[in-house]
Order: sequence, then C-alpha cells, then structure tokens
Amino acid sequence: MPEQNSNKNEWPLWEVFIRSKAGLDHKHAGSLHAIDANMAIENARDVYTRRMEGVSIWVVESKYIHASDPDSSGALFDPANDKIYRHPTFYDLPDELTHM
Amino acid sequence: MTVRDFQEAFDEKIDKEIAIEPRDWMPDNYRKTLIRQISQHAHSEIVGMLPEGNWITRAPSLRRKAVLLAKVQDEAGHGLYLYSAAETLGISRDEMYDQLHSGKAKYSSIFNYPTTTWADMGAIGWLVDGAAIMNQVALCRTSYGPYARAMVRICKEESFHQRQGFEILLQMSKGTEIQRRMVQDAIDRWWWPSLMMFGPSDDNSPNTAQSMRWRVKRFTNDELRQRFVDVTVEQCKILGMTLPDPELKWNEEKGHYDFGAINWEEFWNVVNGNGPCNKERLEARAKAWENGKWVRDAAFAYSEKRKERSGSKDSKAA
Repeated sequence: MPEQNSNKNEWPLWEVFIRSKAGLDHKHAGSLHAIDANMAIENARDVYTRRMEGVSIWVVESKYIHASDPDSSGALFDPANDKIYRHPTFYDLPDELTHM
Repeated sequence: MTVRDFQEAFDEKIDKEIAIEPRDWMPDNYRKTLIRQISQHAHSEIVGMLPEGNWITRAPSLRRKAVLLAKVQDEAGHGLYLYSAAETLGISRDEMYDQLHSGKAKYSSIFNYPTTTWADMGAIGWLVDGAAIMNQVALCRTSYGPYARAMVRICKEESFHQRQGFEILLQMSKGTEIQRRMVQDAIDRWWWPSLMMFGPSDDNSPNTAQSMRWRVKRFTNDELRQRFVDVTVEQCKILGMTLPDPELKWNEEKGHYDFGAINWEEFWNVVNGNGPCNKERLEARAKAWENGKWVRDAAFAYSEKRKERSGSKDSKAA
C-alpha cells in the first residue's frame, strides 16, 4: 500500500473497490484523496465509474490496510508450494471415466 | 539480503516480465525515473484540459458540447489515476502540484499551443490524442504495476477521444469552403507539434536505453513516431486534406513513410517555457489551485469539527 505522507493539509488517501455487477466481488480500482468517507464515495463515482463500471463502491482509508511483506512472500506462501495433490490434475484416472 | 541480492532479484523480475509493485525493492533511479515520468504524464492530462476547456462554451451544438465536456472530464480522471500511481512511489500529491505550479516539473509541450478555431478541437482529438494513444498503448505493458494498470484504464477511455476528433474534422471537411480551410489550417498547425510529442530523436534521448532496459519504455521515441506517421498519413486521405510536409513519401524499401526534419529548436524552446501559451497555462493552473484553497480548508475544518463532536458524544455516552 502507498505510504501515508505526513502532509497535514493533504486530504487522506482512500483505496477504492468496485463491484462491476451484482454477483461479482468488489475489486480494487485505485485510490483517491477525500476528507471523509462520503466524499471518497462521491469522488470514486466520478473518477472510477464514468462508464457504468460499477453498481457498488467500497472505500477504505489506505492507512487501515495491512499487507503481507513482499520480501518474505517466499516463506509466507511456501506451505502451498509442494502440495500439487490439491489440484484435480494430480490424479491419474482412465479416459473412459466421465462426468468427474 | 544485500543490496546486490535485491538488485539481482529486481533484474530477474524485469527479465521475466514480472511486474514491479509498490512495496517491492527497486533501484533508486528506477523510482526517480518513474516519479518523473508518471507525474509529467499526470500534469499533461491536467494541463491538457485547458486548451479544450476554452471551447466548451463555444461548441457548435449541444452534442459537441456534451462530448467535449465528457472528454475534458476524462482527462481530469486520467490525471487522477496517474497522480495516485505516482503516489505509490512515495511522493505526495501536494509535492507534485508544487512541482507543476513552480515550473519545476514539465508537462507535454503540445498544450502550450493555442486553440484558435473549432477545427482545433478536431485536430487535437485526431492528432494529439492519436499520438498520445500510440505512446500509451505501449505503456500498458510498462514494468511498474500501478502505472501499467492506470494506462490500461486510460487507453480504454481514450479511444473515443480520437474518434470524436476525427468525426469533427470529417464533418467539417464535407462542409463549406471556409470549413474546409479551417480543417486544413488546424492540421497545418498541429501536425509538427504532434510529431514532437514523442520526444527527442533516439540519438538525443540519453535516458532511452536505461528506460528500455527497465522496460519502463517498450519502444523508442523514433519507433513510436514512425508508427504514428504511418497510420496518420492513411487517415488523412479519408479527410481529403494534406499534411504540411513536402518530404512525406512512402518508402517501399523500408515499408514506412519518410518524413521531413523536425524543428527541434522550436521543440526545446517550448519545453523551456517559451511556447505561445506556457505562461498562460501555468497561471491558469496556479489560479485554480489558489482559488480552490478555501474549499479545501473548509472541508478540512468541517471534518475536524465532526470528529470533535462525535468524540464528545462518545464520552457522554460513556
């Protein structure tokens, strides 16, 4: 996440998440500055949904997002690396077997 | 890990076309180059609203006015996508504004030319946005993730900008003799500055090699300029107009159009602040920023007050 700057007069930074249509999840669209949540939602509408890209908007102040450390992502994701038996293609089954 | 390990890991990612993301280690110069390039790009979008804003109240029909408004609003949006992409590199929005308003940061020189007739709205859409798109499509695959994502979004939206411009010129080119002359005049004035938008030629562009290595840039200035010339010459035929370059000629051997020498002296003059509208553009920006100060301050005060009030209410409840 972007680092928060200490500039006092600058409006806080918000991350914007948009649901493109009902049934899909909210996806990160970008960020913007706003003084409060209401303004962040209105600005997000103007900046990120000028072409009906969304039916719902989430905003969260960037400082509240906690992220994993990219430098230790190797160790963090290591437990999933060697478990290929979690994928259906791991299993050797006859071609005649259908609907599975 | 040592700095050298970090550097190696970074180089490997670049070679494998793995995007660099904000919290990844990156060389200082990569960060600096990106901040400069992305903020310049953002400033260009914002200053780029001014020459067209000039025509919103004078658009010849309601349709044209609605379209121009939408286009200028897009440019504001594009500036905002790019500013927030630059912020992920650690520079603040206010710092970037300061750099723009103080003249320390550059923006695309093209916006320092005046828009004197309605045909200029067509020529800007067709040629200026056309040149910008040529550059921006290439940047959709730039190595820095947030920049690439901003570019993808921008490219999706820019396509209408170029099409509406061409439509303006096409309609005028089917009009009266005076309208046809306006079209030709606009093309004559915007053609060369549009070619200059791609920047200095490769042998005068000392940063190109490094930017190509970092895959910040995907094509050199001259490659993109050539591509622009090749497609635009063909489009111009549909308008039945001419491009103001007697040396423009198809080169069978190269498979490209040859074109005349660019006036680099003019280019550097405009870059260095001596174009026809440099002063006016910067003054308009600075004035907008100053005049908006009370709004920013009021919003800030309102938010502080609300925080205070909700704070005191909570303590009462407790």
